[in-house]
Amino acid sequence: MTDKKIRVLIAKPGLDGHDRGAKVIARALRDAGMEVIYTGIRQTPEMIAEAALQEDVDVVGLSILSGAHMALFPRIVSLLHENGLDDVLVVAGGIIPDEDVPALNEMGIDGVFGPGTPTDEIVDFIREQVS
Amino acid sequence: MKDDLVAGILAGQRRAIARAITLVENDGSEAQAILAAIHSHTGRAHVVGVTGPPGSGKSTLVNDLALSFRRGSAGHPPRTVGIIAIDPTSPFSGGAILGDRIRMRDLAGDPGIFIRSMASRGSLGGLAWATADTVRLLDAGGYDLVFVETVGAGQAEVDIAKTAHTTVVVEVPGLGDDIQAIKAGILEIADVFAVNKADHEGADHAVQVLQMMLDLNAPGPHAVMHHGRLIEVAAIAGKSADTPAWRPPIHKTVATRGEGIDGLVEAIVAHRAYLEQTGNLVWRERERAAAELETIIQQEALRRVLVHTDGAQLATLIDQIARRELDPYAASQLLINQPSQAYRG
Repeated sequence: MTDKKIRVLIAKPGLDGHDRGAKVIARALRDAGMEVIYTGIRQTPEMIAEAALQEDVDVVGLSILSGAHMALFPRIVSLLHENGLDDVLVVAGGIIPDEDVPALNEMGIDGVFGPGTPTDEIVDFIREQVS
Repeated sequence: MKDDLVAGILAGQRRAIARAITLVENDGSEAQAILAAIHSHTGRAHVVGVTGPPGSGKSTLVNDLALSFRRGSAGHPPRTVGIIAIDPTSPFSGGAILGDRIRMRDLAGDPGIFIRSMASRGSLGGLAWATADTVRLLDAGGYDLVFVETVGAGQAEVDIAKTAHTTVVVEVPGLGDDIQAIKAGILEIADVFAVNKADHEGADHAVQVLQMMLDLNAPGPHAVMHHGRLIEVAAIAGKSADTPAWRPPIHKTVATRGEGIDGLVEAIVAHRAYLEQTGNLVWRERERAAAELETIIQQEALRRVLVHTDGAQLATLIDQIARRELDPYAASQLLINQPSQAYRG
């Protein structure tokens, strides 16, 4: 009756209030047939990890423009592991300097997508990684 | 894995509950086994539906109600709360944006609250196919109260009345003639009314219109349509004329400021007490079981027919119907009556 759908949590950790990019991504993933749980701005790492647990998502997408990614992302990843969500794909977007990307990959952020990334690229990446 | 999940659900483990909900949404045989195993552990939770037009403030109201029930008040102990929030699936892409959590951020960090967003996935009655089973999982997981927030509803999205014990219909001022239009729809399933955004102009008028509508309701037993059958409600409940009728109370609320929430909480609690005292609760549970059994039989019968029909045969029959060479009733009889192995196993 129903097919397995890819479920994605889109969250904005930290204090910046600009969520246009996150909304564009949410819409693109919706149009690609995914179920997108949109949680809004100013989410704490605890809120994100708890929502990912309750919603049983396949993917957590983090959008951040404030520059606090090196402080917030490790905390989110470790809380996801604490919650037993080891299989969840974590991707990030926003303003993230290239030199930070290797460290983010290392800590378990599987994809980092900067401004100007075609949304199709993100959709394909998620489909490939989740299946 | 199934046994682990069942044990986890009954122990109230959030990860187990979350994973079981996904299985139920994806409709696997494993889901059926889990639901069978927890069935005897369900029936405790008070299921409260919240429905109303898009943008009427359902999510914010659920946020406020959940906070209030978690705190408890004079005479009511604090209760744990499960929330199922449904948003529509796109008919074009099959995707969905589930945004109800945005309005429920006050509830974050409370281990006594579990929120699950759910896409309607093509179901038209205001719920998702998996909603009723998800209620059961949260019930078995120990949540005292389960809120079900429907998709933005207009006229025909009345399935919530079959799933919830208490249905809260949210109205807003200024709908004017729309109130007339939805008279025959969701207003009839209300056990409690909330006129939200009551700080806006026209709130008193909205209350008045609802009062008037309720005044017109004839007292005593009334008939309802249920799966195409007319049912005398009072007759089936085995109640005589001396059973007091429940008149849905109307509460003005301003959900964004938490105003009027205490009254709404009282009304929800009072309705549950009414259902218990009058025996209506037992009747509603039985009706629900009947409707559910019917749905399951329909789905299973369909599955059995289709599993033994090859695609080419089905396509041929459909072509014949489209060309008017065969009528759809004869075609369905052909499919149903063909020898099938499913009935032997």
